[in-house]
Amino acid sequence: MSSPALLEIRDVNFAYDSRPILKGINMTFPKGKLIAIMGLSGCGKTTILRHIGGVLKPTRGYVKMDGQIIHELDQDNLYQMRRKMGMLFQFGALFTDMTVYDNVAFQMREHTDLPEEIIRDLVMMKLHAVGLYGTQNLMPAELSGGMARRVALARTVALDPMLIMYDEPFAGLDPISLTVVGELIRRLNDALGATSIVVTHDVQESLKIVDYVYFVSDGAIIAEGTADEIRASGEAFVKQFVHGEMDGPIPFHYPAGDYNKDLGVRA
Amino acid sequence: MSILDNLRGIGARVVNAVWRIGYASRFFLMTLLYSGMSFRRFRLTVREIFFSGVMSLIIILVAGMFVGMVLGLQGYETLKRYGSESALGSLVALSLVRELGPVLAALLFASRAGSAMTAEIGLMKATEQIAAMELMAVNPIARVVAPRFWAGVISMPLLAAMFSAMGVFGGYVVGVVLIGVDEGSFWSQMQGAVDFQHDVLNGVIKSLVFGVAVTVISLFEGYDSPPTAEGVSGATTRTVVQSSLAILMLDFILTAFMFRGD
Repeated sequence: MSSPALLEIRDVNFAYDSRPILKGINMTFPKGKLIAIMGLSGCGKTTILRHIGGVLKPTRGYVKMDGQIIHELDQDNLYQMRRKMGMLFQFGALFTDMTVYDNVAFQMREHTDLPEEIIRDLVMMKLHAVGLYGTQNLMPAELSGGMARRVALARTVALDPMLIMYDEPFAGLDPISLTVVGELIRRLNDALGATSIVVTHDVQESLKIVDYVYFVSDGAIIAEGTADEIRASGEAFVKQFVHGEMDGPIPFHYPAGDYNKDLGVRA
Repeated sequence: MSILDNLRGIGARVVNAVWRIGYASRFFLMTLLYSGMSFRRFRLTVREIFFSGVMSLIIILVAGMFVGMVLGLQGYETLKRYGSESALGSLVALSLVRELGPVLAALLFASRAGSAMTAEIGLMKATEQIAAMELMAVNPIARVVAPRFWAGVISMPLLAAMFSAMGVFGGYVVGVVLIGVDEGSFWSQMQGAVDFQHDVLNGVIKSLVFGVAVTVISLFEGYDSPPTAEGVSGATTRTVVQSSLAILMLDFILTAFMFRGD
């Protein structure tokens, strides 16, 4: 990870009311790299993305992108910063009242004065890049889950952002769509020279494409390294997570009282 | 449960209600503040006028027609007792223009278009479309809320006017065509009794106020709804209930100011 950092997260703490969610997170995202943030559901992965997008403010620490501290920006500057970002939501979040074409053209129309002919060419190029040229007149309801995710991907990269964030991009996809989306994430990152962050718990698919991995558990980073280092890791949590083992630091049972006592039997 | 717990529960509900009124007021001010796009890109507002106004036309016209027909029948029965059947035209027109047109059109608008706005924005929130827009550096209040607000405000007086016009036509059909009230007296009494500024303009002001109230309630409930199926359904119900109560309450206040001492 020798290239200069586009994004830095330093000592970020965050709590909902008095419940701590992030505890002293430190991460570095160098330019041009594809980095995964992995962990169990509810461990704080999406909260990290929300801090990067400026939706949430840390209670301590900061997120710095392109030399600017995100939570110190006023609304106009935050919106300027967000134009340099793209985010793919878990289920695409396509605008259901617009066609595929209008979804992909949305940001171009909102943020540029490009004439409609150029917007049309750009939309077709983006759709072609995700393998969905020809679907421009379809409505989101007419797309399969995998296709909707790819259209959302085309919309995310519509303005060639510097930073692309993916929130659970592999959730609910069939094996073919999963490979296609994974491959597209890698190819688009390299073609655009962007920096990408993939928040996921799909270990096998993401380890195939990422440059570096951060493991988050209970709001803190517990392991980090390249895909090979993570695969070879001896850390108990990482081992259980990567190999999908039932036994390990993550208990199978929900923490509760004595089950035997509840049933009135002796253990 | 102790008295203290009950008091605490009541207090919590009151505090929550005050917070919600505060949020709704802030939401309304933000909507006005970010309304520029609704006029600069007026096609966004026109599109919403189509969905909330034009699509409500059928229900408004049919309801207006039936309300006018009922007014014709009931009015004739009452006026006949005093030998004033010829005043049927003025009774139908004044009832509709001053009161029933704005109020009933607003109630129908709240049920048809208001609930649709709440459900649409609530679902946009639940499916992260609002969050996606925000992260694309597009202000959802300016892009989604404000055009719908102005569409409601523009549509409401037009719908109320059409409701009243259809009602007058319904009254004419029943009174003149079916019962046989003299056509000349029907129209001339109406023309003589209805004052443009006092009756028509006040009716338009009423429907404008109802339009603002209904659309703000509908949009706020949608925007503030919990992002779940239950949350959206609850918000839609609240829209219809709160809009209906707001219309009737505002109607009393406006009527007291506009027509006192008549």
